[in-house]
Amino acid sequence: MIPLTHFLALGAILFLIGAAGVLMRRNAIMILLSIELMLNSVNVTFVGFARQWADLTGQVFAIFIIAVAACEAAVGLAILISLNRDRQMVNVDEINLLKW
Amino acid sequence: MELLFFYIFAAGIVGASLLMVTRANVIHAALSLVLAFLFMAGLFVLAGAEFLAGVQILVYAGGIMVLYLFSIMLMNVGVSIRLRQWHRQSVLALAAALLLAAEIWMVLGRGGYPEARRWPWKLGETPGNVEALGQVLYTKFLFPFEVASMLLLAAMIGAIVLAKRRITR
Repeated sequence: MIPLTHFLALGAILFLIGAAGVLMRRNAIMILLSIELMLNSVNVTFVGFARQWADLTGQVFAIFIIAVAACEAAVGLAILISLNRDRQMVNVDEINLLKW
Repeated sequence: MELLFFYIFAAGIVGASLLMVTRANVIHAALSLVLAFLFMAGLFVLAGAEFLAGVQILVYAGGIMVLYLFSIMLMNVGVSIRLRQWHRQSVLALAAALLLAAEIWMVLGRGGYPEARRWPWKLGETPGNVEALGQVLYTKFLFPFEVASMLLLAAMIGAIVLAKRRITR
């Protein structure tokens, strides 16, 4: 029997790795990939709680999170492709049109 | 035995994610993330979420990550490998991430978790995880399910519009 705290600790570690990736990397695709990792770390936590309570609500929420992650990936990549095609930008610190 | 496999999968996930965050080549990073997702599917089977493990492999590793790889190939990322990979603010960002770590540690350390319960079914029995999940998804969570499908439709149309249109200067 795996204790619940193991799932929670693993989820927290993955969330922190993803958060560090989002905050520290310059490449916009790397930021999107790190966001995927953060969403998945929440899935680990949900599945751990679903197992602890023997309740399927956590797993249903994980499915919804996967749906939202698919939407996020599609829209984010569309934005990146149009930025890359029209302005040849990949790094987030070059995208400063709204900055003065 | 269960705990041993949990540690194996957890070590695989954490190792692959660390590899993902630190790669300069975006394609290598995406492939490391696929590896992390596959380990995560194993973890889901261990936690009694067999349907979610299948979805993880089919939708995440097979769908979303392939979309990422195709988009990476559409973009010109070869140049960015030789550029500086880390933000100028990255020291500050690392400090913020460590602060977040301390906060999560404090919240999780308070304890008071519920007693563990057993699933009412076993692996391979007929009213198993997939049937139970379908039952609950199409009755109790029908409305969120429909909202999720609308969200997917909106994201699909939005992605097509965004990627097709050219910005006129």
